[in-house]
Amino acid sequence: MTMIFGIPVQALLGQLLVGLINGSFYALLSLGLAVIFGLLRVINFAHGAQYMVGAFVALLGLKYLGIPYWVALVLSPLIVGAVSALVERTMLSRLYALDPLYGLLFTFGLALTLEGGFRWVFGASGQPYPVPASLNWGVNLGFMFLPVGRAWVIVASLVACLAVWALIEKTRLGATLRAATENPTLVQSFGINVPLLLTLTYALGAGLAALAGVLAAPVYQVSPLMGSNIIIVVFAVVVVGGMGSILGAILTGYMLGVAEGLTKVFYPEASNIVIFVIMAIVLILRPAGLFGKEG
Amino acid sequence: MSGSTPTPSAAAVPQAPSRPGVTAALVVAGLAALIAAPFLFYPVFVMTLLCFALFAAAFNLLLGYTGLLSFGHAAFFGGAAYFTAHAAKVWGWSPELALLLGVAGAAGLGLVMGAVAIRRQGIYFAMVTLALSQMFFFACLQMPFTHGEDGIQSVPRGMLLGLIDLNRPLAMYFFVAAVFVLGLAIIWRIVNSPFGMILKAIRENEQRAISLGYSVARYKLSAFVMSAALAGLAGGLKALVLQFATLTDVAWQMSGEVILMTLLGGIGTMVGPVFGAGLVIALQNRLATSDFPVTIITGLVFMVCVLLFRRGLIGELAASRIGKTLGMRADT
Repeated sequence: MTMIFGIPVQALLGQLLVGLINGSFYALLSLGLAVIFGLLRVINFAHGAQYMVGAFVALLGLKYLGIPYWVALVLSPLIVGAVSALVERTMLSRLYALDPLYGLLFTFGLALTLEGGFRWVFGASGQPYPVPASLNWGVNLGFMFLPVGRAWVIVASLVACLAVWALIEKTRLGATLRAATENPTLVQSFGINVPLLLTLTYALGAGLAALAGVLAAPVYQVSPLMGSNIIIVVFAVVVVGGMGSILGAILTGYMLGVAEGLTKVFYPEASNIVIFVIMAIVLILRPAGLFGKEG
Repeated sequence: MSGSTPTPSAAAVPQAPSRPGVTAALVVAGLAALIAAPFLFYPVFVMTLLCFALFAAAFNLLLGYTGLLSFGHAAFFGGAAYFTAHAAKVWGWSPELALLLGVAGAAGLGLVMGAVAIRRQGIYFAMVTLALSQMFFFACLQMPFTHGEDGIQSVPRGMLLGLIDLNRPLAMYFFVAAVFVLGLAIIWRIVNSPFGMILKAIRENEQRAISLGYSVARYKLSAFVMSAALAGLAGGLKALVLQFATLTDVAWQMSGEVILMTLLGGIGTMVGPVFGAGLVIALQNRLATSDFPVTIITGLVFMVCVLLFRRGLIGELAASRIGKTLGMRADT
């Protein structure tokens, strides 16, 4: 068996794959957080809960209505996005004039309520989501066995991330969004409906979280606690990346996922905390984050 | 977030001079309630409440008077609970020494976490403290002395100063009450000292405080360490009261709870966090036996508080007509 640094290549590549998959979720979630923060100046603590609800919509849709995975992939983000838009319109939008901390506290309360509600109805234990037949096969690459369902998650997340990046950086709508980030009053005076833009942005961010949730359903178990477990790590990812840059959020997500996977090979005890350690080091050396602007 | 946005504060409360008579009367009434409480309620319940009230008041020192929202105070509370429990049980230390170790440990943690976290402001500060405390949580999960999922069980209360047997419920109660009063007195003293004034200046306008020549980072770090040490006092005390220290005390939910207590009672008010803690603990006590998750209610209360009454119970009271007539000042 081939070895690198005394570790079998198979184990190394296996953990690299796991790291890339985790990184895919970190990237999608931190991208959503960055998009929402960019325009709304709100740290969306409910992001983890929206990710969890996204997975549950897929699971319940399959169980009770027979909605297949591929449809859920579109439907679940739409549903979560629509409900989140309603929450933004009726409640969150009242907090924009205040200190951003209130937005954080409000969405924290929302996250607690959603998590508690789902735990009450469905119990705290995880439920499996069957891997769709079209993804339930693998390729032997010669040096390792690659399950297609896993590879799909990485590809789908990459495509979604790049699509959102292109939407914001390359389209006219994106240009308006960026302008509104810089100076909402001025953009509004050009006759652009900025409050609507804010609602749509929040819906987009929440929809991205739900998309990550559906992608996660067959990979992990669907559980009410899945959101709060991941959101704190994603916060650390966002601090490392700095929220100023969309591409930075995506890149940092993948990088830290891989770093976590590799730590599992070389020093498993530290795999839970490696991202937080990296965060602390980055804060000491470069307080604005790897891709962030000071301020 | 620069100093340009108003931080959560009691700034809206009218700054009428506080009538010393009213304040004195309130303090006396509070002490009387403290003495009467164990005869009216189940003592362990009151003691738990006092621990959390002290925890919330310590947290408020940072949020209410310095304008820093820490999402990681569970690390200090739970960390101190572990240190105190370990010292009392494994090393056989007397309760007051074990408690002091808890305070020192929490202060040390606060120094390390604070030094990293104050490098960012506003919501970044909140996220960094959350991430660092989660790191501490995982460390506690793996370190052998915390006994992982089991926690440290059956911690002895021991003999206070080698004289008073704290296994007698009333002795324990009055010890806890005394520590609670001492803790609040320290916080009151800090808030009303020249040091506290500078903290409030930083809360109101950090840029201006810098331009006035204050070394803001050092003041923030000092406030952070003091708040952590007092939260540790509360945590260590809790370990002696309930005689166990578990992962629940260091989990992020605990950091959320202490924010809720403070928000509900009134950010930047002296007694608000005490009342907030009372409400939250009473609610948890009520729901402890049912399988209805408390987080549904705490989450809803969070949303309602943030949307409708950001000044909290005491803050609203002080701003109301009754408060004005009494010349109440919530922030002193």
